[in-house]
Amino acid sequence: MSKPKRPETKLVPVPSVNKVPERDVNKSPILECRNLGIDFGGLTAVNEFNMAIGRTEIAGLIGPNGAGKTTVFNMLTKVYQPTRGTILLDGIDTHNMTTVQVNRAGIARTFQNIRLFDNLSVEDNVKIGMHNHIRYSAASSIFRLPGYWKGERLAHESALELLHIFDMEDLADAKAGSLPYGAQRRLEIVRALATNPSLLLLDEPAAGMNPSETADLMENIVKIRDTFQIAILLIEHDMNLVMGICEGICVLNFGQIIAKGTPSEIQNNPEVIKAYLGDQKEV
Amino acid sequence: MKEKKKSTGGLGNYFKRMKTATKVDYATYVGVILAFIVVTICQSQGLLNRSMTGMLVPICCYVCMAVSLNLTVGVLGELSLGHAGFMSVGVFSGIITSMSLQSTISSELLRLVIALVVGAIFAAIVGFIVGVPVLRLRGDYLAIVTLAFGEIIKDIINCLLVGYDEKGLHIALNIDGKKTIQSLGLSEDGFAIIKGAQGAAGNERIATFTAGFVLVMITLIVVLNLMRSRTGRAIMSIRDNRIAAESVGINVTKYKLIAFVTSAALAGAAGALFGLNYSSVTAAQFDFNTSILVLVYVVLGGLGNIWGSVVATVVLYVLPEALRGMDQLRMLVYAIVLILVMLATNNPVLQGFMDRIGEKFKRQPRKAAAQKGGASHE
Amino acid sequence: MEFLSYLINGISMGSIYAIIALGYTMVYGIAKMLNFAHGDVIMVGGYVSFYATSYATAQLLGEDPSAMAVGMATLVSVLLAMLVCTVLGVIIEGLAYRPLRQAGSLAVLITAIGVSYFLQNAAQLLFGANPKNFTPVVGGQLTFFDGQLRISYVALLTVVACVVIMVGLTVFTGQSKMGKAMRACSEDKGAAQLMGINVNRTISMTFAIGSALAAIAGVLLCSYSPVLKPTTGSMPGIKAFTAAVFGGIGSIPGAFLGGLLLGIIEAIAQAYISTQLSNAILFAVLIVVLLVKPSGLLGKYVPEKV
Repeated sequence: MSKPKRPETKLVPVPSVNKVPERDVNKSPILECRNLGIDFGGLTAVNEFNMAIGRTEIAGLIGPNGAGKTTVFNMLTKVYQPTRGTILLDGIDTHNMTTVQVNRAGIARTFQNIRLFDNLSVEDNVKIGMHNHIRYSAASSIFRLPGYWKGERLAHESALELLHIFDMEDLADAKAGSLPYGAQRRLEIVRALATNPSLLLLDEPAAGMNPSETADLMENIVKIRDTFQIAILLIEHDMNLVMGICEGICVLNFGQIIAKGTPSEIQNNPEVIKAYLGDQKEV
Repeated sequence: MKEKKKSTGGLGNYFKRMKTATKVDYATYVGVILAFIVVTICQSQGLLNRSMTGMLVPICCYVCMAVSLNLTVGVLGELSLGHAGFMSVGVFSGIITSMSLQSTISSELLRLVIALVVGAIFAAIVGFIVGVPVLRLRGDYLAIVTLAFGEIIKDIINCLLVGYDEKGLHIALNIDGKKTIQSLGLSEDGFAIIKGAQGAAGNERIATFTAGFVLVMITLIVVLNLMRSRTGRAIMSIRDNRIAAESVGINVTKYKLIAFVTSAALAGAAGALFGLNYSSVTAAQFDFNTSILVLVYVVLGGLGNIWGSVVATVVLYVLPEALRGMDQLRMLVYAIVLILVMLATNNPVLQGFMDRIGEKFKRQPRKAAAQKGGASHE
Repeated sequence: MEFLSYLINGISMGSIYAIIALGYTMVYGIAKMLNFAHGDVIMVGGYVSFYATSYATAQLLGEDPSAMAVGMATLVSVLLAMLVCTVLGVIIEGLAYRPLRQAGSLAVLITAIGVSYFLQNAAQLLFGANPKNFTPVVGGQLTFFDGQLRISYVALLTVVACVVIMVGLTVFTGQSKMGKAMRACSEDKGAAQLMGINVNRTISMTFAIGSALAAIAGVLLCSYSPVLKPTTGSMPGIKAFTAAVFGGIGSIPGAFLGGLLLGIIEAIAQAYISTQLSNAILFAVLIVVLLVKPSGLLGKYVPEKV
């Protein structure tokens, strides 16, 4: 298996303070955060968060533990309402939207601590992701009207198609809670994809995976982007993964962005090195 | 998989392709139908004594109660301790309906059907009123509030005075305890239907075992078909992980309400049938203890396990009657059996022991499962 | 004046609810289970005290016993009730609840209901279904304003007992070693075990305290409304549980506050609105409070972490 090719990336500015990959620059960014911030009872968790993600960009959000990365995800998906700032999803302000509305508008996510529907089958987990796309009324389900059969067949076929990305069709009938760890992480991604998002948020997708699984995952993330033409924002501690597939990277420390740029720019940024390795003078 | 789908090769193939859940559903329907046929034959041959015949309709009602409560507790995953409240609403709205229609509709069957539908509608309305505030709470707080609502419904019906004459229904709420049925001002031809704490007496008994069987089948079809659909999956996703459900765009409040109101409506229909099986009922019969009784059926049958609820209800309803020979000891024995079954099905040490026994019977796993009866795992 | 006497009635009934609620809240806070059998332990306490007192009056005390002797007999009967209930509580916990420590909360709930059925039916078998006439532990009353306001000694005793128990429990859980172990167990049983705390013993101790409180509540309840039946404990038990939730379950001052408020609301509702609907009003208030404060008056709201 070949390692995914490092994308040829050049970040160029969009009409704001942010940068997106060159190929996306003529389209508006899928996501734009302006001065985003949140306080928890007087404590500022994230502040002045500015970021834009291009339509087909794979972007990374990195930083030491407790930097506020997952909090950014929670603000984007409205698990927390931001205290300040604006989130523009495809140009639409998500102010006052709920988690459900944001998902329908096009943001899907996975969770750091896996949150699957443990007692349901793998296929059902994916079908639940399609809830808002394959619709039929409750009445047609109770009376098993043609709408039910049509919807269920479509859902079944689409679910298997999506599971095929990770070669998980054979596991369709297994209980999600009984899957091994890596498969659970992959299923979470498939479930998120089933909601037909334009922006996919992955919270530590490679956590707990071995190097070969991680390599597969990298390949698949790129494949997902290429197939569905969507943007992906991921939080990850595995630097090989981040540096290998991300085009733009944003480094967060103590709730503040300390650096933004391409992987090579980030690798050589003194602020980032300081945040990760500490100040040399102190040693 | 797709190629398999295209090759339609007879009924046998069709059965092989079915999912396990679908097979279990069909087996549940077949089991209930067979039980109905056997009981009906026994009844026609005079093999059932009076006490057994008397139990048939209540068993059907409680099966519906248990299956519908399983929708809330097992499928939605919210503990409700007020299910008897919805039954009570069904009982009394059903009785009022059937008594009021006595003069206009002569067909007993039609009156029964209308009463059941009205009972279900009223219970659904109450379920909606209760559900909107209650479902915002979580866990034990939700449980205690459903308990509170059950008691409130009981107390309100205890104060209810309802009579009927040619002018229509007369309804009064006996808040200060001073009103009597005379306060309704019924005309000479009028009659009282509900007399406060004395409940409804002198009802016509139009419920039949066949009606009970049909209601059980309808309840099963509604609950099972709902569970295997998009709506049911949304409900179960809330049970398994509310936050993840929201993140994939499931409107949690909406689906909680759908489950809760459906459950209430089915309980209402069961209540209406129950009320029309007795010549007198009081609101005090449908108190917290009744809710608990149904909850016991559901938990012993297995959460989310519909056929388990059916079997557990029948067994546990008949058990105290079967123990009648032991007279005073019977409820004590019932309590001990209940505790022991819970310990046996939930204790890890005992469960390991049971599993090892199960291993020995691995060659006939179906038989072993059948012998286990209602005592399935969560 | 009328209002004042209703209020006093409410406070003393509320104190009984508070004592029961304290037991509920202790057990819930530490074992994280709804002990539905708690109300029936109250009933057992009532019966033990009843039989001990009647045995003493019939066999031990003479024709015309001194007040001292009657007092001693009453005190001994209460202590005996506490002892029996404590032992009963520990046995119930050990036999029925301990094997289910790993099981889901619903399984434990149903087992608790089984225990409740068991206690009620065993009581019916042993003591008969006919109600017993309980003699209050203390008779007499204080009279104020030319007899317009009467306060019975039982009411006073109840309030005093309740306050003493509340303060005692607060000090116990806050200061003593066992109390600290209890708080540790309520936070995280696994971590407590790793710190060398005997979790099983701590939970047994909690049940012992809760059941002893139930015995006291039983005696006071029966002194207050002197009819003793096998089902005497169930409704006060449910109301006390409501009180515990009302105040914020797991919180000791919450249970105290919840119990008192419940008693007062009940008394006022009975007096001024409707006797028939007093329970409904009580529960309606509970629902409103929970909707405004989803974890009770003094409970802490812990949001789910994502």
